[in-house]
Amino acid sequence: MTLLANKECPVSEKTGEMKPVPDRANKITVEDVSILFGEVRALNHVSFSVKSNEILSVIGPANSGKTSFLRAMNRMNDLDIACRMTGSIRLNGQDIQKEMDAEDVRRKVTMVFALPLPLPMSIFDNVAYGPRRHGIKNKRKLAEIVEKSLKAAFLWDEVKDRLSSSGMKLSGGQQQRLCIARTLAVEPEVILYDEPCSGLDPISTAKVEDAMFELKKRYTQILVTNNVKQAARVGDRTAFFLTGELVEIGETGKIFTSPRDQRTQDYITGRFG
Amino acid sequence: MKPQTKQKIAFTCLGLAAVVVIIPVIVIFVILIDKGISAINWQFLSTMPRMGMRAGGIYPAIMGTVYLVSGTILVALPLGVLAAIYLVEYAKRNWWTRMIEIAIVNLAGVPSVVYGLFGMGFFVIFFKFGASILAGSLTLAIMILPVIITASKEALMSVPHSFREASLALGVSKWQTIRCVVLPNALPGILTGTILGISRAAGETAPILFTVAAFYLPRLPKSIFDQCMALPYHLYVLSTQVPNVKESLQYGTALVLVGMIFLLNLVAIIIRSHMRSKKQW
Repeated sequence: MTLLANKECPVSEKTGEMKPVPDRANKITVEDVSILFGEVRALNHVSFSVKSNEILSVIGPANSGKTSFLRAMNRMNDLDIACRMTGSIRLNGQDIQKEMDAEDVRRKVTMVFALPLPLPMSIFDNVAYGPRRHGIKNKRKLAEIVEKSLKAAFLWDEVKDRLSSSGMKLSGGQQQRLCIARTLAVEPEVILYDEPCSGLDPISTAKVEDAMFELKKRYTQILVTNNVKQAARVGDRTAFFLTGELVEIGETGKIFTSPRDQRTQDYITGRFG
Repeated sequence: MKPQTKQKIAFTCLGLAAVVVIIPVIVIFVILIDKGISAINWQFLSTMPRMGMRAGGIYPAIMGTVYLVSGTILVALPLGVLAAIYLVEYAKRNWWTRMIEIAIVNLAGVPSVVYGLFGMGFFVIFFKFGASILAGSLTLAIMILPVIITASKEALMSVPHSFREASLALGVSKWQTIRCVVLPNALPGILTGTILGISRAAGETAPILFTVAAFYLPRLPKSIFDQCMALPYHLYVLSTQVPNVKESLQYGTALVLVGMIFLLNLVAIIIRSHMRSKKQW
């Protein structure tokens, strides 16, 4: 299945250009993944796949393993020495643990965190941070990337006159879109969101969601959220995690109207969690 | 007793404690300036001592201290910062790193005269550097290493963990993250620690006693393998070893030494406040 997906996926690795992928080939394949923190099992034998250019919403109560799962996708879990993972996660058919460097994985699968985390530098430098570290020195090229990324994150119009002011002086919603712009600047293939709107007001949330819709054309996105309504609004498909297990995954419409599992039903109707 | 009264008493005690702390500083400065200022003029600062140090200037001692301090920074700053980076960012928590940390704490508590003896045994005799600026600087560097390492560690640890994650999540390597995000934000703290260490090194007598300091050497050193005079040792010599020295000469020397250390600290404060004003978190 992964081999097939690999053939069908026309993302050009050599040129680094991200053309829209017309078919819904599997971008990420998760096979029998379990994650342990010391003795505590955070994720239990989970398998599924994520298609190119889709937004996958991941919902579930606290301690359901959804953040651990997200951090496994770009190997951020490696930073925690107590964390062990079994099973395999494949990106474009390549095993991210065995066949890729952590830096390589994280560049292709970037992450937007729950709290907006601008680095303590100017707006321009924040966005240019990734490309600069990856070796782009040309000032014109950097300016181009910064403009393109800020536009894609719907932030350009609000900050274009003050690119040299601090990224930390922006409002919460602007900071979060700055973080999205910063991840776009490294030209990833997949963007992971870890409850990106948990600290934002409804208007800022709507702007971030708009950005996500627009980004669908080019990127595969996975959104972990505590907000069930957001999952329904944004996700093409939705996965429901509970105590480390993947209870159900399917088209968002189906999950929210006729879930197969009673526990999903209970969660989305707000009976627990 | 009413809580307000208790609070007033407490505040008074706290205020008194603060005043008591600054009194010695003021008294020292007043005495030094009162008795030493008459000796200080351009000649005193820029000429060689004459007549067995009873007349003339203290130029070689000033320069000697400058050389020693420069050598000490050159060795201790990179070594200390690199060690701190290793301990904070790379080292796993195991018995080996705990040993290193205990060693650093203990190193900070070793009396300075022991450093002097160590420097003589290790650098002067074993490495055959002789009594030289090199041996003296190395000895002073080892003495202030714990200060620099501890300050640098604190500074590195105070940089929020989230900055590191934000950078790593973009596929930026760990070393680049440290170089471009962690170090710039830790720099004010590192500099403060360094300059505190340096001012201690500038004022110490015991570590340079056997490793570098010349009793009377009315010329500048020619190389790092040469001996030199140094202010703290010169002061000690003037006060105890040479009869019939004018009192103003002794106090003048002390005033120059204290002034130099004060200036160093001032530089640290200026750098730090400048960097703090740019800091955004």
